[in-house]
Amino acid sequence: MSRVLVPCHVKGTVALQVGDVRTSQGRPGVLVIDVTFPSVAPFELQEIVFKNYYTAFLTIRVRQHTSTHTPAKWVTCLRDYCLMPDPHSEEGAQEYVSLFKHQMLCDMAQVLELRLILRQPSPLWLSFTVEELQIYQQGPKSPSMTFPKWLSHPVPCEQPTPLLEGLPDPSRVSSEVQQMWALTEMIRASHTSTRIGRFDVDGCYDLNLLSYT
Amino acid sequence: MLQEESDLSLIIAQIVQKLKGSNLYAQLERQAWASLQRPEIKLESLKEDIKEFFKISGWEKKLQNAVYSELSVFPLPSHPAAPPEHLKEPLVYMRKAQGSWEKRILKSLNSMCTELSIPLARKRPVGEQKELLNKWNEMGTDEPDLSLFRPVYAPKDFLEVLINLRNPNYENGDSLSFRTHLGLIQVPLKVKDIPELKELFVELGLTTGQLGIDDSTQVPPELFENEHVRIGQKVLTEQDSAAAQQYIRQGSPTALRAELWALILNISSHPEDILYYEQLKTNVIQHDLLVDSLIYKDVKLTASNDDYYFVFEDYLYQVLLCFSRDTSVLSHFAYNSASPPKSYIRGKLGLEEYAVFYPPNGVIPFHGFSMYVAPLCFLYHEPSKLYQIFREMYVRFFFRLHSISSHPSGIVSLCLLFETLLQTYLPQLFYHLREIGAQPLRISFKWMVRAFSGYLATDQLLLLWDRILGYNSLEILAVLAAAVFAFRAVNLMEVTSLAAAEAVLADLSTLKVMPLLQIFLFATVT
Repeated sequence: MSRVLVPCHVKGTVALQVGDVRTSQGRPGVLVIDVTFPSVAPFELQEIVFKNYYTAFLTIRVRQHTSTHTPAKWVTCLRDYCLMPDPHSEEGAQEYVSLFKHQMLCDMAQVLELRLILRQPSPLWLSFTVEELQIYQQGPKSPSMTFPKWLSHPVPCEQPTPLLEGLPDPSRVSSEVQQMWALTEMIRASHTSTRIGRFDVDGCYDLNLLSYT
Repeated sequence: MLQEESDLSLIIAQIVQKLKGSNLYAQLERQAWASLQRPEIKLESLKEDIKEFFKISGWEKKLQNAVYSELSVFPLPSHPAAPPEHLKEPLVYMRKAQGSWEKRILKSLNSMCTELSIPLARKRPVGEQKELLNKWNEMGTDEPDLSLFRPVYAPKDFLEVLINLRNPNYENGDSLSFRTHLGLIQVPLKVKDIPELKELFVELGLTTGQLGIDDSTQVPPELFENEHVRIGQKVLTEQDSAAAQQYIRQGSPTALRAELWALILNISSHPEDILYYEQLKTNVIQHDLLVDSLIYKDVKLTASNDDYYFVFEDYLYQVLLCFSRDTSVLSHFAYNSASPPKSYIRGKLGLEEYAVFYPPNGVIPFHGFSMYVAPLCFLYHEPSKLYQIFREMYVRFFFRLHSISSHPSGIVSLCLLFETLLQTYLPQLFYHLREIGAQPLRISFKWMVRAFSGYLATDQLLLLWDRILGYNSLEILAVLAAAVFAFRAVNLMEVTSLAAAEAVLADLSTLKVMPLLQIFLFATVT
């Protein structure tokens, strides 16, 4: 299904730490990233795409637009989603991830703001974050067709003329021809992507030195 | 679930696209056309009748084998937002490390080229072409002057690069702490421990029959061997790749091995394949590459000096020289972290229409490369079949042994797996060797890079490579390396230097591979 990129503003990460940041020895294990949508009306979230960078667990909270006058509350829509099965090793550390509407715990119909809470319990990594964050909303559905009346309500056809002896049934012939036509269309549409196999250019393979790019 | 369905259709679409360009597609088309003559094919149910015909005549099985082969070789389609480099190697710092290693190799090759004033590629004059064609089957007899050539790199140079591999986001403190790796490899890749390896290699367990153990002379063949051979013959008649891969985990009978490997690798000798090999041979005769001299030198230094493999010297030239002309190998760079070296036709620097890869297959051989081919010469005597098997083994397995990647079968993971196994299950030995300055990886690295070729006796090596094919993974190399250390632990505890440790482990030719693996995985008290 189609999707449309929603322009978002990603605020800087805020580290959450117990105690004084300057004097404590360890690095923060929890980061919070706020994502706002300043120029867009509340929309229905379809997909979140990002590139992980050493984040182990992700929690997402969403603030939705409510029709009543009550202030919008933060609701957790994704809890402790595991990005790295083993936080101490490289597995999943730099993978591209997609999160869809159907994976969320709540309805994402009128999203105002998102809050991503990143957790990395392992002390081995110097930093962690998520990069290339992209939010998508549902694209426009394909325009519904309205058929002209004569297509949707065909006139019952008259009785066909009686078949001549020995000739095949016309409806069977037409279905067979249709099948063959579909097959030929498929053959025409398919194309191979085989390489030709030549390594030289017009018979010449006289090379410069190897390039370093 | 939606996601899985769309993933599945993406995988199917990818496989269909790949198979469309293959020989099999053309053959299936031809068969379909030919089958129209048959009486049971009716026009109104054309699709179903042809499908039924394929099922009965065995063509569906061939298609199944081709699909299985694609699934085994190519990684699953990655996220749509991921660029192609991500498929080659997801970790950025490893890509960078591979890039700088390749640059070093290119510089070395370029400097060899300029120092010796030999062009990278040269078209042979007609007289020379005739001469080469005449002695194609005995290229080992001529002794060109190769004294000025040196291999581009040796495994120990590559080991130094891996030792210096660092993740910039990793805490690489100077002081020793729980996060320091005691071995040589300092990157925190995920490797399996023995319980996970036991699960993976379940068919190597104590209660399952193995060739290499249960076919020894003391064991009556009725217990295991006869039945195993019978099943093997059945698998070959059925021509089922997946069944063959499962079967070979318990080892392959010597008589069936060549056919089983060909079935698993989905190699069949058609006239087109023989023609392709002849075309490569013509390419070798027409153009002389600098890489050819490197291949000559490597064969002379390694395989020709080996007691088991020197007889195959001529075969090795025939396979390796053609291998470097084969552009179909370039497609494996889609999932290999390495990239093929590029150059331009002289005088057309920078013009993309005149950009070419050098060598044509993009693979620069290193010291010991010919040992990947040598054991295969025992199984296949027809050059084009030998060539195809080697090429498929290379693009499935061997390329991982000399490129920097985070793949579980990549050499970095194998090294880390070896060191972790040794540390966990033989801590005293590991500590002792480390104290005397004999880091175990320095000794076992060369075994793993060559997949033990040239170190084990040939029959044992082939039993080991049976399991590589059966499990579609190279992790068994690291397990065997650890098992060898475990076997010689008593002697190793008494050595006091790296040289002495090397001497204890210098000769592996008497080792029996399968008992070592079984004991290490399933019979060691942890």
